[in-house]
Amino acid sequence: MFDQPRVAITGGTSGLGLALVHEFVNRNAKVVFVARTLGQVAEVANRTGAHGIVGDVSAKEQIYPIALQISGVLGGVDVLVNNASDLGSVPLALLADTDCEDIERALNTNVLGPFRLTKALLGALAASAREGKGGVVLNVSSDAAINAYPRWGAYSVSKAALHHMSRVWAEELTPEGITVLSLDPGDMDTPMHALAVPDADPATLKSPATSAREFAEVIGAVLKKAYAASR
Amino acid sequence: MVHRRRSNLPELLRPGDLVIANDAATIPASLHGTHQRTGSAIEVRLAVREADCFRAVVFGEGDFHMRTEDRSLPPAMTLGDRLVLGPITAIVRGLLGHPRLLLLELQGNLWSGLALHGKPVQYSHMQQPLQLWDVWTPIAARPVAFESPSASFTLSWEMIAAIRDRGAKFATITHAAGISSTGNEELDRLLPFDEPYIIPAYTANAIKQARVSGGRVIAIGTTVVRALEHAAKGNLVVAGSGIANQKIGAGTRLQVVDAIFSGTHEPDTSHFELLRAFTEDSTLLRASDELNANGYLTHEFGDSVLIERRIA
Repeated sequence: MFDQPRVAITGGTSGLGLALVHEFVNRNAKVVFVARTLGQVAEVANRTGAHGIVGDVSAKEQIYPIALQISGVLGGVDVLVNNASDLGSVPLALLADTDCEDIERALNTNVLGPFRLTKALLGALAASAREGKGGVVLNVSSDAAINAYPRWGAYSVSKAALHHMSRVWAEELTPEGITVLSLDPGDMDTPMHALAVPDADPATLKSPATSAREFAEVIGAVLKKAYAASR
Repeated sequence: MVHRRRSNLPELLRPGDLVIANDAATIPASLHGTHQRTGSAIEVRLAVREADCFRAVVFGEGDFHMRTEDRSLPPAMTLGDRLVLGPITAIVRGLLGHPRLLLLELQGNLWSGLALHGKPVQYSHMQQPLQLWDVWTPIAARPVAFESPSASFTLSWEMIAAIRDRGAKFATITHAAGISSTGNEELDRLLPFDEPYIIPAYTANAIKQARVSGGRVIAIGTTVVRALEHAAKGNLVVAGSGIANQKIGAGTRLQVVDAIFSGTHEPDTSHFELLRAFTEDSTLLRASDELNANGYLTHEFGDSVLIERRIA
């Protein structure tokens, strides 16, 4: 059987990110997660046994310090999940009513953060790929990356950019053995969804645990294939 | 002797060649703080990890803007002294025969402490403070080096693709490059300190394949030479981890590495000494003159040379 995969998840203290931390810990992976608030990071770390890093992926100068901690604690990286997301305007607003600061923050968190963190960890991911341990980047996408919905402007624009960036990365990194995925988890019952659609009926929404399990299955299949190919 | 643009390195490769680089990421190993017992300002530069401790070079007041040769000594240390380095506390666990050289146990959350408080080790020839992103090479993976494996700065992902397009292969080792200067002659004579390395199985296999196909093994940087030659078994290498503690110089018979791509180094440095294993002094000195005459840059962000091993 292959080594314990080394997994890094951003936005790991709530919603899908938290579900992914639980899912990968249950699958016996070595997990680190990143989130902004010390108290919540400490709480999730205590509860799950995963290693927590306090950091903000939207802040350029924090990316290398975050990458240092991820790579240092795990001793390399096999899987990076860029999950941390920002909704833009809350409550959702027409693009014409969207503050520039809100769309900038969404782009920083949802596009530039994943770009910078992937770039900083690319050496570790490529080393993992050459060693047959995987090298997977999963960027969490959205239906809003593909379809245009009124009032989802800032979020939608940023997720569209992230989705296209994933496709370009995938083209460029395939020769390095790195797999880049862009997956839509569906409409989930998460704090972020509650901010966007406060009156949604939770019964109509997917549980984040279900999406986390689906994502872990996809990633697990890639790791298995990489391992088999290296033997 | 020919002059080329450094990014054209792949053009010098032949199908079957194997290019091996050091993918160690650099730890921000310079930690400022105080010696608790005396309250004196100090700078600790972590130099080697030894099990749960670090061997470190310690300076008194001041920072990298001052030449290391001019830095003051730290206060006299005794076992058990505490050094308060931002969020990290270091306990003196060993006195290593020189007032600057200590064995330290670091307490607290090591990686967040280093990320928040550590600065890259740097020297007075560069005035701007270096940031972590300045000292990580494009292929930087596990943070185990205390100074950058600087030859890897010459790589780009474009170049790695071009290496493949030439029918050559690219592989890595991870070697914990240590500090290159302590500012003290007596200590500098001990350099490089023992440096742990890891050679992945696929890299050892790639060397085997290069031997079969008649390709050359080309090392990107001196740390790669030290690791591969330390792990040599005949003209192959044993995969796994080890500690490169051998000196390589004029008298060394290289077994694995056929060519080195490296920064330019002045005579009398340990890097230059390693180059003497590849070719005669007269050639190296001629190269030095040529580099000087053409205004090439030395130091870790400078220009490079490719030297093939003289056929014995």
